[in-house]
Amino acid sequence: MSGVEAEDKNSVKIEVSDLRAGFGKTEVLHGINMKIPSRGVTAIIGPSGCGKSTFIRCINRMHETVPIATTSGAIYMDGENIYSSEVDPVLLRRRVGMVFQKPNPFPNMTIRENVLAGLRLTGSTKAKDLDQVVENALEQAALWDEVKDRLDSPGVGLSGGQQQRLCIARSLAVSPDVLLMDEPCSALDPIATAKVEDLIRTLKEEYCIVIVTHSMQQAARASDKTAFLLMGDLVEFDDTTRLFTGPSDSRTEDYITGKFG
Amino acid sequence: MSAPRNQFPTKLLRWLSFSAVILPLLILGGLLFEVLADGLTRIDLDFLQGYPSRRASRAGILPSMVGSMCLVVLTACLVVPVGMGAALYLEEYGGRSRASRFIEVNISNLAGVPSIIYGLLGLGLFVRLLDMERSLLAGACTLALLVLPIIIMASREAIRTVPYSYREACWGLGATRWQTIRRVVLPMALPGMLTGSILAISRAIGETAPLIVVGALTYITFLPENLWSPFSALPIQIFNWVSRPQEAFIENAAAGIIVLLGIMLFINSMAVWLRAALQRRGR
Repeated sequence: MSGVEAEDKNSVKIEVSDLRAGFGKTEVLHGINMKIPSRGVTAIIGPSGCGKSTFIRCINRMHETVPIATTSGAIYMDGENIYSSEVDPVLLRRRVGMVFQKPNPFPNMTIRENVLAGLRLTGSTKAKDLDQVVENALEQAALWDEVKDRLDSPGVGLSGGQQQRLCIARSLAVSPDVLLMDEPCSALDPIATAKVEDLIRTLKEEYCIVIVTHSMQQAARASDKTAFLLMGDLVEFDDTTRLFTGPSDSRTEDYITGKFG
Repeated sequence: MSAPRNQFPTKLLRWLSFSAVILPLLILGGLLFEVLADGLTRIDLDFLQGYPSRRASRAGILPSMVGSMCLVVLTACLVVPVGMGAALYLEEYGGRSRASRFIEVNISNLAGVPSIIYGLLGLGLFVRLLDMERSLLAGACTLALLVLPIIIMASREAIRTVPYSYREACWGLGATRWQTIRRVVLPMALPGMLTGSILAISRAIGETAPLIVVGALTYITFLPENLWSPFSALPIQIFNWVSRPQEAFIENAAAGIIVLLGIMLFINSMAVWLRAALQRRGR
């Protein structure tokens, strides 16, 4: 039993192979190679403009929704290249949830409707116990106790931190296996940030989480593996503790000790 | 103590902008008062239910009033779906290509084209080429062309107020572009789109020039029966009465103006009501 679990923990969920991406003639990512494990939190750090967000947006093919976006290379998810012509990006995004920088619950929907938005939007609400879906998702997002008595009030009436956890619940409700988070705490105060980080630590038991952050402390606190991106290149990718205590590249050391960035 | 700040520019600007508000209001109020004074006594049930007549005291505005209402409804049915569809395409699918920018510029230009030109276009296209003759349908089609660019622009404005982040949130949940538009963009943009459209159409109801060109009648003794019927419209009737020499017809014209203003006011307040109702439901 424990052998299987150990294997599961180390197995690769996402394999990025020579990923290049950009906008028009400008290349932002210059060939990234990386293996992201099935369970746990992988943090992407680096100074502004290094391509962190572009990288994470390639994993659910959100990058290409920008009209002039370009991509080449491959990303294998469970061994399947998500950039092959047979993969429908819309279906891919149901397997890969995304949480954005600014909490963005739909303003025309209640808390309950927000959680169910993914299922309603895609017309997959049939034959499901929706109340159960709502409760599970909010429970998983550690928001259930705070909102269970006002599920029918508007989602935008919540505080910023609660809104962000509502967005996480909304992503979880479509039962993805990967959760992408693009600086999920940058618009939140320290207390709300701590709550979201706690939540990430719980969720990593069940999901493959990739989180972009510009806070090195957050990467150190909440992640298992950390990748350091600089000017569109992957400088170093290692276990978080090792990367922060004994980085092998001098640029990583300069960045984490605050010499630049 | 520093010298007191010079208050003059602030005060001047304040008074200038205040007079910019009050002056047009005074002028409009004066006009409205004139019209009401001239025409209010002329409005009664006989006037509203009457048909045109050579004798001013027996003339009524029923055919032109009904004609105007038919025109508005027909124009709205024709132009609102097309205008909103065009706006959706340009905002959600069009992208930033050279072609779509070219279309954008031209739509703004079309909104500024004088209405008489649209009238001539309607005459050539609908009345002559498509053989609609001087019918209600030809009039409505012409007015639809006239307000189409305005409706497209107003709708695009409304769509643009929906933040991009909601679209991304939607796509991130595995929704297609159409699902995103239907469930998120449209519900949020619809109040604005409808208000803009209704206001544009209520402007069209006051248009005279294109309808004269298309051939709306001024002396008509029956109500329009179907799309192919000849028709009259309020502004045309008013124009006709104003150009008569007899004093009594001027009175009729004033009464007609009051009716026209009343209808416009009704349509505009419907826009306000609709917006409020939709926003309440959207919340």
